[in-house]
Amino acid sequence: MRPTFWQRLDAFARNLTPVALTLVLVILNVVPTHIPGIARVLPVLPLISIFYWSIHRPHLVPAPAVFLIGLFQDGLTGAPMGLHALIFLAVQGVVLFQHKFFMGKSFFVHWLGFGLVGAGAAALSWALLSAFHVTLFAADAIVFQYIMTVAAFPLFAFIFSRWQQAFLKLD
Amino acid sequence: MKEPHSFSRVAQPIRNFAQRFAYVGLVVAAFALMMLAKVDTILVERVRTHMTDAVAPILDVLSQPLDTVNRGVAEVQAMKNLYEENTRLREERTRLMHWKSVAEKLEAENRVLKEQLNVIPEREASFVTARVIADTGGAFSQSVIVNAGARDGVEKGQAAVTADGLVGRVIDVGSRSARVLLLTDINAKIPVLVDPTRTRAIMAGANLAKPRLTWLPPGAVVSVGDSVVTSGHAGVFPPGLRVGQVAAVGEGGLIVQPYVDLTRLEYVRILNFGSGGILQLPQRSIDADVPGKERGRRP
Repeated sequence: MRPTFWQRLDAFARNLTPVALTLVLVILNVVPTHIPGIARVLPVLPLISIFYWSIHRPHLVPAPAVFLIGLFQDGLTGAPMGLHALIFLAVQGVVLFQHKFFMGKSFFVHWLGFGLVGAGAAALSWALLSAFHVTLFAADAIVFQYIMTVAAFPLFAFIFSRWQQAFLKLD
Repeated sequence: MKEPHSFSRVAQPIRNFAQRFAYVGLVVAAFALMMLAKVDTILVERVRTHMTDAVAPILDVLSQPLDTVNRGVAEVQAMKNLYEENTRLREERTRLMHWKSVAEKLEAENRVLKEQLNVIPEREASFVTARVIADTGGAFSQSVIVNAGARDGVEKGQAAVTADGLVGRVIDVGSRSARVLLLTDINAKIPVLVDPTRTRAIMAGANLAKPRLTWLPPGAVVSVGDSVVTSGHAGVFPPGLRVGQVAAVGEGGLIVQPYVDLTRLEYVRILNFGSGGILQLPQRSIDADVPGKERGRRP
């Protein structure tokens, strides 16, 4: 049976949610918490989202969207424009390249995968920042941020999987 | 993957192809953008300003409940040590009353001396108080977004302070939001004076919690506990704003502990000394001198 106009609109709206959720995380990431020292080690939440959706619904987070999410992240956080766009694209690229490996694997394999991909992303961001500012960047904050991001992965992966069950089951 | 919709079935291969093709292009674009940001900051910063401005209302709303919670927590904590706090404040008040009388005496003396020397009066600053709606003090940059912009009279280059001291400088101004570069950011280089020796130095951030003093003149004597104030050199900041204290004299240079707790900024004051921002720097240093002198001569 051909889906009606409203069914298609409904599906379209649902399909937009992974990108929308990621954008929400970008905004949430910069809301001031006023907790001393936390801003320096706050997890990079959009990274989790991009990793998750690139595995589970890759066609819903196309590369142009990832690029724009990265630009949005750069714009808000004050990082050099293009930095996160590049990092997020790299993460997506690696995930899609290894997509067969990730498909149908358990949560722990995904977590481990995220640990590896995240480490690569952290190293890349350190290298890019150092090159951009033409100085060897202190890596401690980036390392802490990486650890926090990996630690935050299970919670957000859980939320995303619930979301997927609830709104994106048809795919 | 199972695709039940005919619409998707047609669109999917096209999308896949476009995705693969676009991917490389986008990576190159991101690289190019970083290069552009390095070369032509104005164009890229304008994009950033518009982005920040668009999200400012959302951030404004989102940051409010957290601020309220924080204030609640702070109030409960304050209730707990009300008694000690009161005793402490009484002591401090006695001390400050003494300081007040000293300051009054000094001010009167200073005024008389300045009149005798015909010193050009400093311009009074007006200010805008703005709420911090986004805190991006991470590894990548150290800045905050405040909910006041061009329509509130905020201009690029103005100094942001709290009651404790200097916070940073306005680097981007949208119509309803502005970005303040914290003095810990890697791009922050602030001309300062180290009291009591009035040693000139540049305080440079490194995206770390504490900035460092660099470019000290040879033979400069600076010790731990010396206070650091803005020097007003180069016209970026007005002179005499409290910045921090020399916290440690280490191998990596002199580390400054800012007076302001930059991790818990809630409100900042954006100072307006009636001068333009950093962009008109070369003309301004000349312009600022001429009318200043004229005004100084006025009876």
